[in-house]
Formats: sequence, structure tokens, C-alpha cells
Amino acid sequence: MKIIIMGCGRVGAQLAILLDKENHEVITLDLNVDSFRRLPPEFKGNALLGNGLDEDILIKAGIEKADAFIAVTQGDNRNIMAAQIAKHIFCVPKVICRIYDPLRRDLYSMLGLEALSPTTIFAQMLKEKLES
Amino acid sequence: MYIIIVGGGRLGYYLARTLLDEQHEVLIIEKDASTVQSIVNEMGSVCIKGDGCETAVLAEAGTNRADIFISVTGDDEDNLVACQVAKYKFNVPRTIARVRNPKHEMLFKKLGIDVTVSSTSIILEHIKHEVPTNPLMHLLSIKEKGLEIVEIKIQPDAKTVGKAIKDLTLPPESILALIIHRDTNPTAPSPATVLQAEDQIIAITRPDNEALLRSALTGN
Repeated sequence: MKIIIMGCGRVGAQLAILLDKENHEVITLDLNVDSFRRLPPEFKGNALLGNGLDEDILIKAGIEKADAFIAVTQGDNRNIMAAQIAKHIFCVPKVICRIYDPLRRDLYSMLGLEALSPTTIFAQMLKEKLES
Repeated sequence: MYIIIVGGGRLGYYLARTLLDEQHEVLIIEKDASTVQSIVNEMGSVCIKGDGCETAVLAEAGTNRADIFISVTGDDEDNLVACQVAKYKFNVPRTIARVRNPKHEMLFKKLGIDVTVSSTSIILEHIKHEVPTNPLMHLLSIKEKGLEIVEIKIQPDAKTVGKAIKDLTLPPESILALIIHRDTNPTAPSPATVLQAEDQIIAITRPDNEALLRSALTGN
């Protein structure tokens, strides 16, 4: 699969490494060149410097032929907007985004976006740990 | 009308003042505490501190009874999300978003924002008009109908100077509405009207036919 990951922070880079090991074609996007230091030398995918909200950059990243688009930047709104561009403009078959704010996540899930809230997930996990 | 504005920067500030003068009920939502304080000091309690994308803040602002919701922060993604939350969570009938990147206008429309205003496009258009080499300026776009109202200036060396309108080949769906002569009063053009140097022509056309209309009127 060809997978574009927007945001090469800890989660983005970790995901890129996992997918790369499984021989997927991975393209990571980030605004800051320093973020790409998280990718190890053996990483076979591409790292592209640029704004994932810019359609020209997305086309450069090959979004027109991408099978999946993942938005994991630090900004909820950036992720929401990028995911909507990928889904509604470029019709990427699988689009997932991270939304920290649980209320915003609920709203966008209702609007058809596949969105995960680490806040809710992690709180739930902690609670289960406590109870186990 | 009750109008909520997200973003208390220069644009939000002047917008609020204008709307207050017109006797509307206005509330600004602004993130920065010192900006909130200076607005409250000057205009009274028309500004609250908070993130205009957060459901709790919008609920506190009474967004469910707002008639118009306007987001004018400096970030396109924030304006998009604020307007979407207002529209889909609080059913605000009219949402207006400022767009910095003109390429985002189409996307915002597609995602349900009622009106988009691209500050970059507007400034660009005004500057272009002052550059004498470009004879065509966009005055207004009627987006629902896909029409543009444009102004074309006839340069003194244009090949069409001295020609009658009936002798020009205008593109389809293009109408000349008004001719403003240099010395005389504006007139509604007839087929016999002869173009003169420095004439300003106000026309209605479709964006696709713009280049054709320009070349028909300027001879280039």
C-alpha cells in the first residue's frame, strides 16, 4: 500500500517505521526538517518537507495514487482539515486522523471522518490498568 | 441579529465595531487574554476568552441562537473547524469563514461553509488593478450563479478604439452592462456604441470566458 503520513512527530515516525518494515510505500510529511531525525537510516520511505494543507504539496507526495492518508500533527484542526482534503478532494480510500479533543472527535466521527482521540483511549487504558 | 465573531484581531475588531453600529448583538471569541481585555475596555462586554473551535466555549456563547457565525482568525484550519462546529453542532444558519490561502476556497464550500472570503485574493485583485498592463479587474463574483462582474479598461493603443460594439465578437453568456467614458456620463451600451480610449466597461461574464471577453474588447 502507498501510505501518506502527515506529521513526523513521535507517533507519525513510529507508524512510518512500522509500515516501512512491512514493505509498504511510506511518505512522511512535516513542516519542520528536524522532525525527520526520528526516522532511522534504514528507513526506505520518503520524507517530504512541506505543508500538508497545501494541495500542491499533497500532489507532490502522490496523494492522487495513495491508498491511505494519516493525519497526526500536533494540531487537531490541522488534522481535521487535512483529512477532509484527502477524503473529499482526493478521494483517498482510507483516511484516519488524530483529534485530541474528545468532543471534536465525536462531532467529526458523526460527519463521517475516521478519527481517534488519544485522550479518550489512553484514559480508558489507564482505568483498565487500575482495575486489573 | 445575533452575530458571533471568532478572532479578535484587527479584522474581528473592526467587523464587531461596524456590526455594533448597525445595532446588531455581537460577541467576539478570542484566545488571547490581553486582546480580550483591551476589547472589553473599549467596547464593553462584547468579548469572551476562549477557543472558538471548542464546543463548550460555543455553548457558553449561545451559539445555538446565533443568526450568523463569522470566523476571521489568521489560520484557515481554525476558521474551517470553528464554522463546521457552529454549523453541524449548533445549526447556525449562516457561516462565514476568512480564507488565507485562495486555493482553500473551493474546499470550504464543499465542506459546507456558506460564504468564504479570501483576503489574499481581494488584496491581489486591487494591486493588479493598479498595474496598468492588466486591463481586466474582478469587481464581484456571484458564486451561486457562477458569474463574474468585471471591469475592463480600454487602453489608448487598443485595436478596438473607434469600433462599434456590434462589430466585436463577444464570447457567449457575456453582457456589457455599462460604459463609463472619460468625459461624459456613464451610458448603457447599445450595439452602435463606439469604444473610445480610456473607456471603462463593466461587464458580466463566466470565469471561463474572461480571457475571450478581454481579447474581444481590447483586440489583444
